Amino acid sequence: MTAVFGTSLPAALLAAESGGHGGPAWAVYAVGAAMILTGALGVVLLRNPVHCALMLVITLFGVALEFIDESASFLAAVQIIVYAGAVVILFLFVIMFLGVDKPEAVRSEPTRLQRPLAVLLGIGALIEILVLSRVDHWASGTPSQSGVLNGSGTNVQKIGQSIFTGYLLPFEMTAALLLIAVVAAVVLSRRHHPVAGEMSAEQQQAALEESSK
Amino acid sequence: MTVPSAWYLILAAVLFTIGATGLLVRRNVLVMFMCIELMLNAVNLTFVTFARLLNDIGGQSDVFFVLVVAAAEVVVGLAIIVAMFRRRAAATADDIHTLRG
Repeated sequence: MTAVFGTSLPAALLAAESGGHGGPAWAVYAVGAAMILTGALGVVLLRNPVHCALMLVITLFGVALEFIDESASFLAAVQIIVYAGAVVILFLFVIMFLGVDKPEAVRSEPTRLQRPLAVLLGIGALIEILVLSRVDHWASGTPSQSGVLNGSGTNVQKIGQSIFTGYLLPFEMTAALLLIAVVAAVVLSRRHHPVAGEMSAEQQQAALEESSK
Repeated sequence: MTVPSAWYLILAAVLFTIGATGLLVRRNVLVMFMCIELMLNAVNLTFVTFARLLNDIGGQSDVFFVLVVAAAEVVVGLAIIVAMFRRRAAATADDIHTLRG
């Protein structure tokens, strides 16, 4: 914090605005990064699906920590409520429901060289992302801004204003998307009970042949 | 002094890579789904970082929509897995080869 007094006033204000003492921000970042990487590696490497789901929770909490570190408090709360509260519970429910909490047979490799190739491809993708991020001006066009982040008002207020003005149509479409998802889930996971008078496929075929005679 | 944005972007890139590699390596459909969630979270982290970097609330609004789409995707995907299990008791991607030409 002593370094701030040496800088000009706007810079000091900006540092205070974005929540920034030196130590705590780095500490939160480091803890969050450790949680994210531990959890992600756990999801990929652990054999039991239940353990994978629990490791996923660790990663999601780590991402929520990073959101807090970046002053996105609303998204941090939503991250925990939606992901840790709903998505992972759904995962665990399906794992328990299907009874697949048995370790995966990792020894049997169905396709030859698939795993080494996958790891190679992953490392290649990482290098590509990092190289692309170092190359300037590979994006063109005029930047647009849907609203300022560091203005007055709380984080929730600004996100609300942004969603309910500029992003209103997408917001309404997410409502339709959620409804479609609910109906799809019910239809897909429903057991088929034949109603009275309904014929099976074989019966229909037989009836068709009967009528064509 | 806050943490520079580059650190978050590198962390997101690493998280995305782990998720993508996991998606290719694992055979269990449920775990493959979890790897997709990892990749979505990496993208969310990138969105929030660029929102801070460019002083633009749009990045944070986009994360909101990604969360909704991810929730819908998980619901439908898990329903498909449950329906698949009804027909054949298997949860690995190799068991779903009935559509192979």
